[in-house]
Amino acid sequence: MTATTTAPARRAPLAGAGYAASLARHRTPLLLAAAALLLVLGSVLVGTGPWPASLTVDLTGPLGDVSDWIIDHRDTHPLFLYFFGHISNAVVLSVRGVYLVLLAAGWAGVTAAAGLIAWRVAGVRLALTAVASFLVCALLGMWVPTMQTLALMVVAVLASVALGALLGLAAGLSDRVFRLLRPVLDTMQVMPAFSYLLPVVLVFGIGVPAAVLATVVYAAPPMARLTALGLRNADAGVMEAAASLGATGRQRLLTARLPLARRELLLGLNQTIMMALSMAVIASVIGAGGLGDRVYQALASVDVGAALTAGIPIVLLAVVLDRVTAAAGDRIGAAPTGRSALFGWALAAAGTVVAAVVARLVSATSWPDGWTADIARPVNKAVGWMTDHLYSGVPVIGGTADWAGRFTTWVLDPVRDGLQWLPWWAVLLLIAVLALLIGTWRTALTAVLAMAAIGVLDVWDPALDTLSQVLAGVAVTLVAGFATGIAASRSARVERLLRPVLDVFQTMPQFVYLIPVVALFGVGRAPAVAAAVIYALPAVVRITTQAMNGVDPVAMESSRSLGATRRQQLLKVQLPLARPALLLAVNQGVVLVLAVVVIGGLVGGGSLGYAAVFGLAQGDLATGLVAGAAIVLLGLMLDRVTQPTRRSGKGA
Amino acid sequence: MARPRTPLVALASATALVAVAGCGAADMTQQASPFANARGAKTVTLSVQSWVGAQANVAVAEYLLEHELGYRVDTVQIDEVPAWDALSQGRVDAILEDWGHPEQEDRYVKDKKTIRPGGELGVTGHIGWFVPTYFAKAHPDVTDWRNLDKYADSFRTAESGGKGQLLDGSPSYVTNDKALVRNLGLDYQVVFSGSEAAQITQIKQFAKSGKPFLTYWYKPQWLFEQVPMTEVKLPAYKEGCDAVPEKVACAYPHTPLKKYLNAKFAGAGGKAAAFLKNFSWGTEDQNKVALMIADKKMSPKDAAKKWVDENEKTWRAWMPR
Repeated sequence: MTATTTAPARRAPLAGAGYAASLARHRTPLLLAAAALLLVLGSVLVGTGPWPASLTVDLTGPLGDVSDWIIDHRDTHPLFLYFFGHISNAVVLSVRGVYLVLLAAGWAGVTAAAGLIAWRVAGVRLALTAVASFLVCALLGMWVPTMQTLALMVVAVLASVALGALLGLAAGLSDRVFRLLRPVLDTMQVMPAFSYLLPVVLVFGIGVPAAVLATVVYAAPPMARLTALGLRNADAGVMEAAASLGATGRQRLLTARLPLARRELLLGLNQTIMMALSMAVIASVIGAGGLGDRVYQALASVDVGAALTAGIPIVLLAVVLDRVTAAAGDRIGAAPTGRSALFGWALAAAGTVVAAVVARLVSATSWPDGWTADIARPVNKAVGWMTDHLYSGVPVIGGTADWAGRFTTWVLDPVRDGLQWLPWWAVLLLIAVLALLIGTWRTALTAVLAMAAIGVLDVWDPALDTLSQVLAGVAVTLVAGFATGIAASRSARVERLLRPVLDVFQTMPQFVYLIPVVALFGVGRAPAVAAAVIYALPAVVRITTQAMNGVDPVAMESSRSLGATRRQQLLKVQLPLARPALLLAVNQGVVLVLAVVVIGGLVGGGSLGYAAVFGLAQGDLATGLVAGAAIVLLGLMLDRVTQPTRRSGKGA
Repeated sequence: MARPRTPLVALASATALVAVAGCGAADMTQQASPFANARGAKTVTLSVQSWVGAQANVAVAEYLLEHELGYRVDTVQIDEVPAWDALSQGRVDAILEDWGHPEQEDRYVKDKKTIRPGGELGVTGHIGWFVPTYFAKAHPDVTDWRNLDKYADSFRTAESGGKGQLLDGSPSYVTNDKALVRNLGLDYQVVFSGSEAAQITQIKQFAKSGKPFLTYWYKPQWLFEQVPMTEVKLPAYKEGCDAVPEKVACAYPHTPLKKYLNAKFAGAGGKAAAFLKNFSWGTEDQNKVALMIADKKMSPKDAAKKWVDENEKTWRAWMPR
């Protein structure tokens, strides 16, 4: 996920800001006046109260029927026999194929291959990192699950890249497809992964096929987006030159457009891999096996140490894959070409085979049982100490449980009760005004419609409860994220120290936090907010740091020459200039916090998150799907409300 | 934009072709895990539910299947209802601990005949409301539901909104608690912890600081060894008193836990199926293993080995002849 959040920041549109700002300045009083008028009219004409029952649709019956129909016809209906069945078989066969190859190569072969590929693509330092990472996976006794996850990943990433590239190609070449596809991709991006596990499971049953398909749905959009972006941004001069040389459309595509888009294509690959990896873990809930399953099983016995043991290989895989693909993108054009490159790859392949064969001759292909390190025990001791000493009774500042209680009573309760107290039309009005102030009438319309749809689905109250948790989580995230980001932008050393920490927090499966947050904050909404903050913080910190560093050095220099202090520089120059990027941080923070709502349902967050988990656990399509849809709509609304003015092409 | 359409069309039709090319019907009832039988071994796939008792059953069955009968065992962690679905599709071969799902039983065992009962596990399950024994000793009358309202204040938390908190567990569990609180007219708020892990962690934290709490919990469960709890008496259970979910006003029944096997596996599963049908132990044995896993943090494999080494007489009887 590293690049997901950083990429759009670079492209944040600065050009239109001035015009839009002046427009907004004139618009604001008008808007507020209109809103006040509507408020008075509404209270007289419509009355108060939550979403009226007469405007709701009950989907329990129809959705229950759909679910029953699928279960009854899954073994006989042609749709399943000739379509879904084959997809499912194809997935199983390919995952199995990759898995068998990985097992046959053995730990030595796989490690050697990882090292050599990293060396070819990204140099010696990353090669050493890759080798060390794979050895650590083995050392933790996680070799087989790591290979299972890797096999699943390989298939899912290949499928996502194929699908994404296909969609991206279509969108890159045709304006109509591009216009059609953009809202779809936008929606897919704000959709929390959990919400569509249930339908996939219903069709494919639990297990690897469902997991792979859910992963593809989740991971394909960035590839599609960046492919389209790369193709559309192709240098007009080069294209003109190619056309004047008499190249046909196909030749222009293959020899000019695609090569020019290489950087975007690789960035797309990078993001797709990161998304797929995070989904591979969530998919453990539907029986995907591998590392995610180990994390999930460890939690059943409240064993943070064991969960961490399985979580570390996930982080390592993510770091290696992220760095290697990122390096491949950076080295475009600088890489050696022709014979020497071919020779290098041949050397790499030979090295892999030699390593695999030697290891097989010397011992076995599987990692020796004795060579494992047990980190679970010390970790559990540390967690135990922490919870024993911090939970309550700390002098002066009080324990974490007291903070959680106060946070719930003083922040979460008032916000939730306030939102639920507001008449439904006032909530819609509020959203419309906010969206109009920050975005355009188009974003305002989407936001209002999304919120109204939540009312129609009859989950108004739980949605507002969830919304209050998201708002509280975002507020905490932004305060902490901006502060840390600014600190990191001022000191290179802080940034260097922070980088691995952010990596870990961004890629560590969210399930690992479950026990520690409950142990520290008790069961309820406070730990849910805490988990969300942990998850969303890294992205906000990264974007803030980048935004502050990206401020024009000339402006900084001139302000310094005018005698501005560091504080004045920050407040008067850096922050205003970085405003568009900071708004993007807000937007990302909102979307990411919302993505953890379901995890919050696992620690007592209640409302929509709990309903989504409930639906999955009870196979209750109506509850699960409605809750999932409501989360998506809430995400759509929040995304639109916080979307900075007229973003032309939203990056990834 | 007309030209590039050709490769697109070609690609799309190729994809469609591949999708249909399999031609024959694909059997959705035979969908094994791609990780199964990886090295030519005979594999049994067992489903594990999130509670530790289920882990203990599976750990011991796994150990014996691997060491005595030469099978490779895969385990999949899924919730109860999806597990039934997976069982009917053959993605898992057996559920070793089922707490009673009449709707699923009707659908899969009676109608579709894709699942067969595998006999009793030998453990009787019971769900109820519990308070910590240290609190019950200090206030003996709390163990009758009629007096619960008196203590609502002691059980209040930030989440329960001025009422007493009744801590509930994972969404996958059978619970009538919301209806019970309403129908018994209690001044309580049901707070769902969302997962058993969260619930256990919270109970432990309460116990460490000696605070009173009221929780939905079930027996057999290893946590009783660590945090002794006393059951609160609810109106007595009578056959059929929980038939209508909205009108429940009685305690939970005592349920003999059952095993279920995939029908094909039950017929053609050979020694593994015979062994799983014979597998039946007592509450005490299950708790021993569960406690080793959850409290002593032993790996399920080590815990199973320890139990197997100490109880040969019990498991010898399960071996198929």
